[in-house]
Amino acid sequence: MSFTHKHILGIEQLAKEDIQLILDTADSFKEINSRDIKKVPTLRGKTIINAFFEASTRTRLSFEIAGKRLSADTVNISGSTSSVVKGETLEDTAKNIEAMAPDIIVIRHAHSGAPHYLAERVGCSVVNAGDGAHEHPSQALLDLLTMREHKGDIEGLEVAIVGDITHSRVARSDIYALTRMGARVRVCGPGTMLPIGIERLGNVEVFTDMREAIKDADVVMMLRIQMERQSNVMIPSLREYARFYGLNPTNLQLAKPDAIVMHPGPMNRGVEISSVVADGPQNVILDQVENGVAVRMALLYLVSGVESMQTR
Amino acid sequence: MAKAQTAILDKAGIKRAITRIAHEILEYNKGSEKLVLIGIRTGGDHLARLLQSRISEIEGVEVPLGSVDITMYRDDLAARGNLPIGKTDIPFPLDDKHVVLVDDVLYTGRTIRSAMDALMDFGRPSTIQLAVLIDRGHRELPIRADYVGRNVPTAREEDVAVVFDEKKSPFEVRLIKP
Amino acid sequence: MAKILIKGGRVISPAQKLDDLCDVLIEKGKIAAIGKGLSAKDAEVIDATGKVVTPGLVDIHVHLRDPGLEYKEDIASGTLSAVTGGFTSVACMPNTKPVNDNQTVTSYILKKAADEGYCRVFPIASITRGLAGESLTEMGELKALGVCAVSDDGKPVSNPQLMRRAMEYARPFGLTIISHAEDLDLVASGVMNEGPVSTELGLKGIPWVAEDAATAREVMLAEFTGAHLHVAHVSTSGSIDIVRQAKKRGVNVTCEAAPHHFSLTDEAVRGYNTNAKMNPPLRSAEDMAAVRQGIADGTVDAIATDHAPHHIDEKNVEFNIAMNGIVGLETALPLTLKLVEEGVIDLPKAIALLSSGPAGVLNLPVGQLVAGGVADVTIIDPNLAWTVDAQKLVSKSKNTPFDGWQMKGAAVCTIVAGKIVYKRG
Repeated sequence: MSFTHKHILGIEQLAKEDIQLILDTADSFKEINSRDIKKVPTLRGKTIINAFFEASTRTRLSFEIAGKRLSADTVNISGSTSSVVKGETLEDTAKNIEAMAPDIIVIRHAHSGAPHYLAERVGCSVVNAGDGAHEHPSQALLDLLTMREHKGDIEGLEVAIVGDITHSRVARSDIYALTRMGARVRVCGPGTMLPIGIERLGNVEVFTDMREAIKDADVVMMLRIQMERQSNVMIPSLREYARFYGLNPTNLQLAKPDAIVMHPGPMNRGVEISSVVADGPQNVILDQVENGVAVRMALLYLVSGVESMQTR
Repeated sequence: MAKAQTAILDKAGIKRAITRIAHEILEYNKGSEKLVLIGIRTGGDHLARLLQSRISEIEGVEVPLGSVDITMYRDDLAARGNLPIGKTDIPFPLDDKHVVLVDDVLYTGRTIRSAMDALMDFGRPSTIQLAVLIDRGHRELPIRADYVGRNVPTAREEDVAVVFDEKKSPFEVRLIKP
Repeated sequence: MAKILIKGGRVISPAQKLDDLCDVLIEKGKIAAIGKGLSAKDAEVIDATGKVVTPGLVDIHVHLRDPGLEYKEDIASGTLSAVTGGFTSVACMPNTKPVNDNQTVTSYILKKAADEGYCRVFPIASITRGLAGESLTEMGELKALGVCAVSDDGKPVSNPQLMRRAMEYARPFGLTIISHAEDLDLVASGVMNEGPVSTELGLKGIPWVAEDAATAREVMLAEFTGAHLHVAHVSTSGSIDIVRQAKKRGVNVTCEAAPHHFSLTDEAVRGYNTNAKMNPPLRSAEDMAAVRQGIADGTVDAIATDHAPHHIDEKNVEFNIAMNGIVGLETALPLTLKLVEEGVIDLPKAIALLSSGPAGVLNLPVGQLVAGGVADVTIIDPNLAWTVDAQKLVSKSKNTPFDGWQMKGAAVCTIVAGKIVYKRG
């Protein structure tokens, strides 16, 4: 099948076949990362602008490396959205970026929907690198690639996602992606971190007891607790959170013996995940990071193909 | 409308051609030392595997076999959109090796150019030689084959297809007229 | 002043329970006569055959943005938008710059409305100075000057003690307290209705309980003080029910519903449509049904637009930082007539909710057709089909979620004090 998405705004818009193709393409690109010369000329002459309006280290790095390994010219711009009322509007920023004729804009933004806003206003491809609490499609795809490598088939997997589901764009994208691929998702967190209607996003079951949520799971994915959000009275203390919703060697035994442990990073050791588990044999956290580059190469390659066909 | 197809090489003919190429490779390279075979996906990789087993029958040595997908190196990607990216599998260094690149049909030479670019990213071979089952002419780049199974004069609008069976073994070469 | 004779229309004046085919004669700014077969020398005759002749429509919740925010709307453009939509009276909210919390601003609005306005303007003053929620405005003097009610619309009074004092103080002056009932702590940083759609879009939600809890508090304070409370733009099934129960107990409470709350749900936000962002937010389908039920059973006393013009630059931004509110004056009538077509209410009830209903809430001397009364008249073609084109709205601002909607029904002629101020061309 051929890929027809000019923009990657979310997993929600992707069909199972699209996801399959992205994963297969990523799989082929992955080999480049182990070469001595880690560069192919595929996107030579293409310009990719990584517009990160929200702090990010690994996602930006990952997209930048992905672009460079494909020989694209990648340029990073960063900005803060906190002073957005006084500053330039996103539309003006977008128009200015577009005037420099990029082929792809990769955007990270604190406001949900910002990539959609951008896609409606620029001619080039837009790839969402995380928008507010909405979606983080490349993260979900690298999660899937990692699961596929370790578990063979994604269909039928029991995946537990534990943490602040309300504020998690990773959880939303993973729910869409896993549901499309035929996995079952269990989300778990304190009552304050479970948004209304999350179960309607896909094949999702909601838990507040972590032990039930991870029982016999194939994959346990721990989400980062945003320390800075705790003024918002979501939880009484990190200590209590760690006790009821932290992954440790004891409760991990409830999952399947061959279960894998995932985390989108950066980890708060001792809060949502104990160091023993984070460094333990079941963790595949660095595989996720490695797969991130391959998945992002695949996304850049695929949207660029659609873009160049449309331009012609 | 069904296109007219003519068989120009049958299974036995293909086998004879492969055997001859295997001998020529060994003769030219004075044996199989430092010899590696890289097939261009898809088609060339199957022929390379066939060559490997033939060389093994002759010399009693299994030469390293790899495959390369040239999509990432194509010069017409912008015009073709997103073609599927296949796997490249070269699990050994190419430095100081005699690399025989294997493809099914040699035509414009652009595929070979892409494949050579790819090989260069894996090291610095002593030589790169080219083996093809069919050379149908119409080169667009200064490239020629070192080993040719059969030269087939064609018109540009014609097509040449090597047909493989389900075991990825070639059983016929067809000339397809528009 | 010229005489006008409106002939052959279906004349509806809900306050008089009038619904009949007859003529209306206007003379010297007053209704001279209503009856069959009327004639008058040198009168301009308007053939209203097939049309509906109603009291001039009344909107008691409008933001005219004047003074101070004239880049969004001013008294001239806002009242022109009003008469285009069939409204002959509007009550304007005090969140201008400066706030209408003093006699100078009230006088400015009244004078400018008299000089440049196309329809009647009834200013609403703020409950607290500067909408700051700290001290009361001079309600007595403001009332004497012509203020029709007090409200801290958009910035609800959160301190219950202050709200109690406001009600106790306003009551003897006959001033209605209009409450934008929302608990701001529960709203927090929400930008749309909290529910499955907000979860899906990853936008912070405003829960229904933020409105219900505040409505309940306001109703209890009104019950306690005996003041007249008018709850603005009820949007949840809970607050509709709280008002319904309070009315049964005899509490002096009224409420209004906005056309967008009975026409749209939070599904309209999908695609991060900033023209579907308002406060209170578009709610669930169940809430929308409850608002319609409240309209049908009489819980809702008035339909009011919450006409909230915003400049394109304030809407053409990310959803989170877009301003709240939509323009409503030019779409309210057809959206209300849609309720008639869908069988929620009959036509006289629809007209009542747009005229005698709102006039009654604020005790305004308009909203009915009666011989000797003011000649504010709207002639409606109930079958006129038209398509909303945001760019063609008369209002300075174009922020409507109804752009492109197929509408049925429109005002074809609007008469204020015996003068034709709008004719659909």
